[in-house]
Amino acid sequence: MATTHVEVKEAEVSAGQKRIVNDLSIQVATVNGSGSQTANAVLLRAIFQMGIPVSGKNLFPSNIAGLPTWFTIRASKDGYIARRKDSEFLVAMNPETAEEDVLTLKPGAACVSDERLNVKRLRNDVVFYPVPFDPLVVPVCPDVRLRKLVRNMIYDGVLAKLLGIEMEEIHTALRKQFKKKAKAIDLNFNAARAGFEYAEKTFQKADPYYLQRMDATRGKIIIDGNSAAALGAMFAGVTVVTWYPITPSSSLCETLIEYMKRYRVDKETGKATFAIVQAEDELAAIGMALGAGWAGARSMTATSGPGISLMGEFVGFGYYAEIPAVIFDVQRVGPSTGLPTRSAQGDILKNAVLSHGDTRHPMLLPCSVEECFSMAIEAFDLAEELQTPVFVMSDLDLGMNNWMAEPFSYPEKPLARGKVLSVEEVKRLGGFARYQDVDGDGIGYRTLPGTAYPAAGYFTRGSGHNEKAIYSERPTDYVNNMDRLARKFETARQKVPGPVIHESDNRELGVIAYGTSHWAVAESLDQLKHEHDLEASYCRLRAFPFCPEVFEFIRRHRRVYVIDQNRDAQMLSLLRLEVDASDVKKLRSIRHYNGLPIDARTITDAIVCQEAEN
Amino acid sequence: MATHTVPPTPPAKVNRLGLEVASYKGNKSTLCAGCGHNAISERIIEACYEMGVEPHRVVKLSGIGCSSKSPAYFLSSAYGLNAVHGRMPSVATGAMLANRHLLALGVSGDGDTASIGIGQFVHLMRRNLPVIYIIEDNGVYGLTKGQFSATADVGSKLKTGVVNDLPAIDTCALAIQLGATYVARSFSGDKRQLLALLKGALAHRGTAMLDVISPCVTFNDHEGSTKSYSYVKDHDEPLADVSFVPFFEDITVDYDPGATLDITLHDGSHLLLKKLATDYDPTRKTEALRVLTEAHDRGEIVTGLFYVDTKRESFLDLLNLVDEPLATLPESKVRPPKEVLDEVMESLM
Repeated sequence: MATTHVEVKEAEVSAGQKRIVNDLSIQVATVNGSGSQTANAVLLRAIFQMGIPVSGKNLFPSNIAGLPTWFTIRASKDGYIARRKDSEFLVAMNPETAEEDVLTLKPGAACVSDERLNVKRLRNDVVFYPVPFDPLVVPVCPDVRLRKLVRNMIYDGVLAKLLGIEMEEIHTALRKQFKKKAKAIDLNFNAARAGFEYAEKTFQKADPYYLQRMDATRGKIIIDGNSAAALGAMFAGVTVVTWYPITPSSSLCETLIEYMKRYRVDKETGKATFAIVQAEDELAAIGMALGAGWAGARSMTATSGPGISLMGEFVGFGYYAEIPAVIFDVQRVGPSTGLPTRSAQGDILKNAVLSHGDTRHPMLLPCSVEECFSMAIEAFDLAEELQTPVFVMSDLDLGMNNWMAEPFSYPEKPLARGKVLSVEEVKRLGGFARYQDVDGDGIGYRTLPGTAYPAAGYFTRGSGHNEKAIYSERPTDYVNNMDRLARKFETARQKVPGPVIHESDNRELGVIAYGTSHWAVAESLDQLKHEHDLEASYCRLRAFPFCPEVFEFIRRHRRVYVIDQNRDAQMLSLLRLEVDASDVKKLRSIRHYNGLPIDARTITDAIVCQEAEN
Repeated sequence: MATHTVPPTPPAKVNRLGLEVASYKGNKSTLCAGCGHNAISERIIEACYEMGVEPHRVVKLSGIGCSSKSPAYFLSSAYGLNAVHGRMPSVATGAMLANRHLLALGVSGDGDTASIGIGQFVHLMRRNLPVIYIIEDNGVYGLTKGQFSATADVGSKLKTGVVNDLPAIDTCALAIQLGATYVARSFSGDKRQLLALLKGALAHRGTAMLDVISPCVTFNDHEGSTKSYSYVKDHDEPLADVSFVPFFEDITVDYDPGATLDITLHDGSHLLLKKLATDYDPTRKTEALRVLTEAHDRGEIVTGLFYVDTKRESFLDLLNLVDEPLATLPESKVRPPKEVLDEVMESLM
């Protein structure tokens, strides 16, 4: 085993420079398809295993191989896990982007680079650590075909030496990655060790950045949001999953397939307690989900913006016909040609009113992998209780990146299957009126197809029906039905998860955010306090329709900044539709829409700038 | 005091479930008087009654158009769902995944199937989901007042004089090629054949696709139309005389064994095909496609059962589902225990 503790030579750090411990971003610039995923995942996990809070973000192109890709790892002793604007450490492996990558580094940063790229000439205010990757990989990897893949592990070793990552943890992370494949573990570890030894022998530490063991990740897990949502769906008792591949949602269903095969096959019979179908398109995926929901299954689909557009007509039908289904929308930037692999909160406004006529759909807004799990479960309960399609609004940043989290809690509440009448109940009642508001909450009772009683059956169609589900084009029937649906949406307002509010003493300033913006907002609130002496209250939205607490929050603050990761201030627009007219002018907008996850500095600068204009 | 003899009420005619035919009726049709679709609804009622289908097990599904309105006109006590245009197949798929014990009866039209719904249609056929898919085919969009559909024949004329110059899509040929396992064509006016084909479809487990030529009396029953009553009557060439014997009846000796082909369906029912002109074997795909192509070239409409395959596994079999409906599985079967979550969490640490 190689050295596991790095003795840092203090003297080598230039005079006047303070050691910066457990507070840096490492950016790894590689070529897509070059096998950097393993090296990056191992690096992230090794830092995590050292007890240092860490997050990883993959910025990748819409391409399988050949285009540039960047992976950013942020280690933060304070537990900040949002993206940072700048990186302190660059690993420059991609000839195409190396120059630009180096030129955009901030002064004082460090750069590990492929020696052949000769980037040293570009800057004299950056510390360079050039590494001869090709000669180093030859002795550790005799198989020529594997060299391209193994080569990247060398930078893990170099970084381990330079930053103080324990090699033992690199080894443990490799074991985690490759499970029982001993050969792969050895091969990759030898490459990392070659990098470590080369750095040890060659470099004098000349940057101030260090990683040191702490104890802030004990008992925590690392998981991506799509896997977390998949787990949530499995524990929600999903039975029918119909989907069509689209980035960034595909891995949600693919992971779900793996979990379900493992944990949802009946042990006695060997038969599946679920059906997962890859549909021919999103039109069919949502149609199948609704057909299954109508027939009583817990059904779902997962997609992203363009898929949602295709599902529009069916979702409107689901709203009017009152059929439960859960739709995971892993949001991204607009059309399929463009930046399909970049993150955005792009579908908020569209999904809230998706389809034709008067429609309103509940949306849950997870900010974390824990909420991807718990809200998946809540979404299935809500869909069946409300008898309507429910959206879970994740995004690419949350769905496809790895996040540190507390282990998920096992659901305590039993499944809430909603108002479904059994044969006995229908018999006792002598029949039923599908769309009658018996309980005053706008939600009727339903029976499931196959209920063996003549009066149990009913005909489902869009809007043209009376309380007894009989075809009707009478104006009063239509109005009654629409008003009941509106009442049902008010019931949804009571049932969806409420906001999380952190109140400060300052009643001047409020911030409203949702989804992944949360992590940047949390950090920004600290920046505002420590750097600008500005305290702000914070209201994190967790669902649409908005709960009354959201309106009260706006009412008691003078200026409220709404953070959106889209150009058109979509959440602010939704809020504007619902808040009191006198409160509308309090709402201010901060928008971030360059395809990258939002960062704290962007928010801080925007608030400080707008506050100065007061 | 005069005495009246009250004649004894004759016992109501019931099927093997003890249900009268009235139990299979639907609401009053709102389609045009004389519409071929109404005749099809009547045959569905008869077929379900005679086969002793339990109405509550039936889900009647449709898309949009005149045809898609018709599920309201039969089996009132069954479940119905009038979905969106061209997308009944996906709803049918979802419903059958949720509850494999349902009997899905889909009614579509030529526009709903061959134009807007062609994507879902072809994928339904290739999955061989247990569903009866009826196309009420009049070659025209009735509900939007008479535009051509993709099954209109080349050269057929609209009332307005517009001539169709694009080739028709043969939904039967498509279905056979794609993997449907019971494919037939009939004519809404041919009571006997349509009833037999419907009963066979009810006994089949897999996709049963029936293209039923159903003239539109309002927009497409004139001289220039190839889907008018008179045109079809003149050009109809039955492939074979189809008879159906349910599994609960003995096979009659009505047919000369030398001239009939007996096909045993999944539930033990029998389809008897009495040969007409050709020695037709409906278990051969290539033969079916040849017959369809040649008839088309001759300007004839061949009717009958083109293809049947009782061996191919249905989509539900391929999915290896538990026997009970997924929809009503108890929580203990669908929510794994805490140990499973603990195990997964452990693996992520």
